[in-house]
Amino acid sequence: MCLGIPGRIVEITDPSRKLALVEISGVRREVNVACIAGDGPLDALIGAWALIHVGFAMSRIDEQEAAKTLEVLHMLREAQAEIEAMRLSAAE
Amino acid sequence: MRAERIAAPQRVTLAHGGGGCAMRDLVETVFLSAFEPDGLEDQARLSAAALAETDARLAFTTDGFVVDPLAFPGGDIGRIAVCGTVNDLAVGGARPLWLSAAFIIKEGLEVVVLAQVAASMRAAADEAGVRIVTGDTKVVGRGSADRLFVTTAGVGVIPPGVELAAARVRPGDVAIVNGVLGDHGAAILAARGEMALSASIASDCRPLGALMAAALAAAPGLRCARDATRGGLASALNEIAAAAGVGVEIDEAAVPLRDEVRGVCEILGLDPLYLANEGTLVAFAPAEEADAAIAAMRATAAGRDAVAIGRATATHPGTVVMRTRLGGGRIVDMLVGEQLPRIC
Amino acid sequence: MRYADEFRDPVPRALLAAIAERCDAIGATEAAPVRIMEICGGHTHAIFRYGLDRLTPPGLEFIHGPGCPVCVLPMSRVDECVTLAERPEVILTTFGDAMRVPGARKSLLQAKADGADVRMVYSPLDALALARRHPDREVVFFGLGFETTTPSTALTILQAAADGQANFSVFCNHITVPPPIKALLDDPHMLLDGFVGPGHVSMVIGVRSYDFIARDYRKPIVVAGFEPLDLLQSVLMVLTQIAEGRAEVENQYARVVPEHGNPVSLAAVAEVYEPRDRFEWRGLGEIDSSGVRIREQYAAWDAERKFVVGYGAGPRAAAAPDGLACDEVLKGRLKPTHCPKFGVECTPATPLGALMVSSEGACAAYHQFRGARLESVA
Repeated sequence: MCLGIPGRIVEITDPSRKLALVEISGVRREVNVACIAGDGPLDALIGAWALIHVGFAMSRIDEQEAAKTLEVLHMLREAQAEIEAMRLSAAE
Repeated sequence: MRAERIAAPQRVTLAHGGGGCAMRDLVETVFLSAFEPDGLEDQARLSAAALAETDARLAFTTDGFVVDPLAFPGGDIGRIAVCGTVNDLAVGGARPLWLSAAFIIKEGLEVVVLAQVAASMRAAADEAGVRIVTGDTKVVGRGSADRLFVTTAGVGVIPPGVELAAARVRPGDVAIVNGVLGDHGAAILAARGEMALSASIASDCRPLGALMAAALAAAPGLRCARDATRGGLASALNEIAAAAGVGVEIDEAAVPLRDEVRGVCEILGLDPLYLANEGTLVAFAPAEEADAAIAAMRATAAGRDAVAIGRATATHPGTVVMRTRLGGGRIVDMLVGEQLPRIC
Repeated sequence: MRYADEFRDPVPRALLAAIAERCDAIGATEAAPVRIMEICGGHTHAIFRYGLDRLTPPGLEFIHGPGCPVCVLPMSRVDECVTLAERPEVILTTFGDAMRVPGARKSLLQAKADGADVRMVYSPLDALALARRHPDREVVFFGLGFETTTPSTALTILQAAADGQANFSVFCNHITVPPPIKALLDDPHMLLDGFVGPGHVSMVIGVRSYDFIARDYRKPIVVAGFEPLDLLQSVLMVLTQIAEGRAEVENQYARVVPEHGNPVSLAAVAEVYEPRDRFEWRGLGEIDSSGVRIREQYAAWDAERKFVVGYGAGPRAAAAPDGLACDEVLKGRLKPTHCPKFGVECTPATPLGALMVSSEGACAAYHQFRGARLESVA
């Protein structure tokens, strides 16, 4: 149900069957890209990142959203570090 | 005068197991030429001089090898048959000396495949500094077995004063591995082709005699070593923890993994701690000798990436725990059955 | 690994501190914890794999939801699958998870040992490829899973239809997430404060399918990714909603989950499948409209029609064996360790109940990562 892993599309292998080669940490596997193909030529997918589940690229990974999420996490870390620092200096 | 040899056969047939000329020819062509034993009697006759040293002990082990596919990146059934038995001796502190090799061959196996296996075994034996001195050949009908099974037995000598045993591990001892984990298991999975993954992962299959000798010389207090074959690192650690009555704690961040192995595991939902290895061991050294043991391993070909991954503890005896990269803890349990790829 | 390692970066201290603050603000204590259900089995697995429940404060209690499609497979469907596998012309293909589920007679793994041609595949497309390579055999794919996986079999059936591949069929056991959630919310004994929503189901169906949870039941739900930082951030977002008196659907996994799901997946599923009136969930009983079956026009690729095995055709399986607390644990009312058979008669090696069978089941996750006894491994 849930096991999906981000992978990068590196090559289109069979446009008629919407098959492409995806690379995950140096491992390659042929996957179906129908879900993320869109209307344009399949070649446009090369270099794109997608969530891979049971041999299908199910959803494109939105780089901007990923960056936003990480940003929130980092900001939280910085805010917490500041609070810690304030707490420590107040204790002195 | 011997009769004219018939043209070399392409495939092994039941006739080759019959004990007659066909069998003699096969054994000569394939095995004797590869292994070059000293004599041709039913038994190997070996000098016991090495055992004559006071308090030296004979180490003796056996293993069956059933790997499918027969050949894979990094090795074949022959190579793991030799390395597997050599390593079983080496982790006990023994200097491996002599191996036997018995072959159960399915009717129809191509002779060239068999010859390749024999050649691999000879090469591995040379690499390990051992000799294959005796063997046996049987042929079974179709449907009786996979294409080829190999059983090896090996003897070696444990020098006096060397006493490696899992039960000797004590809290505070450092757990060391000689390299990345899971290469063999991942290579086999990829080679089988069922999951249609292509990865450039090769088995880590290699002999560990020189590595163990170096480690023992640098760290004479080494407690034990175990090769992390079936069931992987997790199983070896659980066995040691149970035998010694200690807990074991390992750091996820310290466990070395190849990126591609990590990738295969992520795709299939496998835990690399349970993947088989054929040239990677885990050893426990007293804390004050750990650095010396690691340095000695790193000076050998099989130990370039040796690293400490954790320690034995007094808490949670018999249980192996992993400190995750986030700082949380989770138990690394014994494997139940076979690890299967999952979708959830 | 990109898009994974960054979300596993250690230093969750900030997140954990914020979570602790929020728990305090709500007044949650170990005696009266805030109860958050993670619906999806993959989340349960991740929580235990990374030890997240040990890192979060005692005032936060994770309630493990029923989102494990392997665990909830009815025993009768496994039996039907085994019967199919035992037909000499059939190659039964399946995901790995399903191999060990015990049927009344045997599991698929046992059937394989007994000589049935059962093969593990990673993708239904591999099963279709097998059908192409073996025109003399009937390849049946054991289709299971929630909405994450349903599109994959739908698209495979569409490809089979396009190819005219007659010797291929799917034995469909796909189920849907919203109905059991509604059943749990309707249960007066369930006390839940919020939900961590299934990230990969949502990438298919979108987040609007959960509006009823916020609107009708006034509970917050945050759709979460699967890395530890995703889970912790999602928990923080749920707690924040609770602290602020809000009940909304939020999307923490926006990098993968589009608001309205995936149009191609949804279209394929609608084309190939239709809802079943009801479907049995092991441990939960029958739930209305919770499963799908193949439509009439794709009957040629429906294993149920081809081989005359139908839902409801065979005898209904017995409820959970005596003494097992499967349904209580599945609904999150009991922890696995409170089931009297946990770790004793019911273990991963000898699973008696649904939740021990699959590695994502709460009981299996507990046993694997926590051992048979509750220990402090902090």
